[in-house]
Amino acid sequence: MSARTDTLLWVAQRASAVVLALCVVAHLATIIYAVQGGLTGAEILGRTRGNAAGMAFYTVFVLAVAVHAPIGLRTVLAEWFGWRGRARDFLLIAFAVLLAAMGLQAVRGVFA
Amino acid sequence: MSAVLKVRVWRGGPEGGAWRAYEVPRRESQTVLDVVTHIQRALDSTLAYRYACRVGMCGSCAMMVNGAPRWTCRTHVDKVARDGKLSVAPLRNLPVIRDLVADMREFFDKWARARGQFEGRRTRADDFEKVAPGSEARRRADAAIECIGCGVCYAACDVVAANPDYLGPAALNRAWTLVNDERDTSNAARLRAVAGDDASLACHTHMSCTERCPKALAPTAGIASLKRAVSRAALAGKL
Repeated sequence: MSARTDTLLWVAQRASAVVLALCVVAHLATIIYAVQGGLTGAEILGRTRGNAAGMAFYTVFVLAVAVHAPIGLRTVLAEWFGWRGRARDFLLIAFAVLLAAMGLQAVRGVFA
Repeated sequence: MSAVLKVRVWRGGPEGGAWRAYEVPRRESQTVLDVVTHIQRALDSTLAYRYACRVGMCGSCAMMVNGAPRWTCRTHVDKVARDGKLSVAPLRNLPVIRDLVADMREFFDKWARARGQFEGRRTRADDFEKVAPGSEARRRADAAIECIGCGVCYAACDVVAANPDYLGPAALNRAWTLVNDERDTSNAARLRAVAGDDASLACHTHMSCTERCPKALAPTAGIASLKRAVSRAALAGKL
């Protein structure tokens, strides 16, 4: 992997971390606020279905996770297990696609 | 202060080794290098170790003292001995040649890999190039320039321990001084050399180098600045 690609991945991970920091805070605050007094699955779906803002927010959240986690794992695999090279990177691209697909499916299920 | 210091010294070579115990008389203002020298001169002349200036300038006497890397010529026994005991071993993260002598080749080869050599544009026929002492770049270079190449930061670095290809704090610190040297002409290539997973981006900001540097430099800060510089270069398509 070239120094440029390494660096752009590093930038992408830092940028996605900024997005995640905001998303996680908003996510946790919303849960804590909404759950007070108890909440059923049906009640949640009643509030979320058709909510375009919620869908946009969680779409961004999921995409940030799909960028952030595989790049971090890339470093973990290199430093802890000495695994570098194309095979690792292809596996992590597949992992990123999997995270994005599963996450977006969940977003659609809750907000669409 | 007890009269005798119990010292464990690592003895061996590239294939391995073991601790050997010595008893060394305590003296006023005794340094760890004094202790090692006493062992070599009075107790066991086969002990191999390295030193030169004895005054904290040359950077050749660094060793692991009670588990932490230190410049032994300026480290007082009073400060580091625990219950009258001291352990002395060769620098971590480097191959051992013999006893307390670490092989520094890869440490300095990495300075070269980080393009730690100054490359100017003028010849000896030209006048001096003038650098304003108060300029921001000059002040940044000044903050990092006093490295004596002792290898303490390299031995303290857990990232080097995890990835032996990592350039390490000293080489990156050197690169950072040159990035701030307005006379230097090879910064594009230097930024390429210090970008990437085996270079500045690998730093975990543990700050062990900054904590241990005997010259009180802050390689972590220089490396963080290199990260910003290589990021900007990559985004501008100049890496």
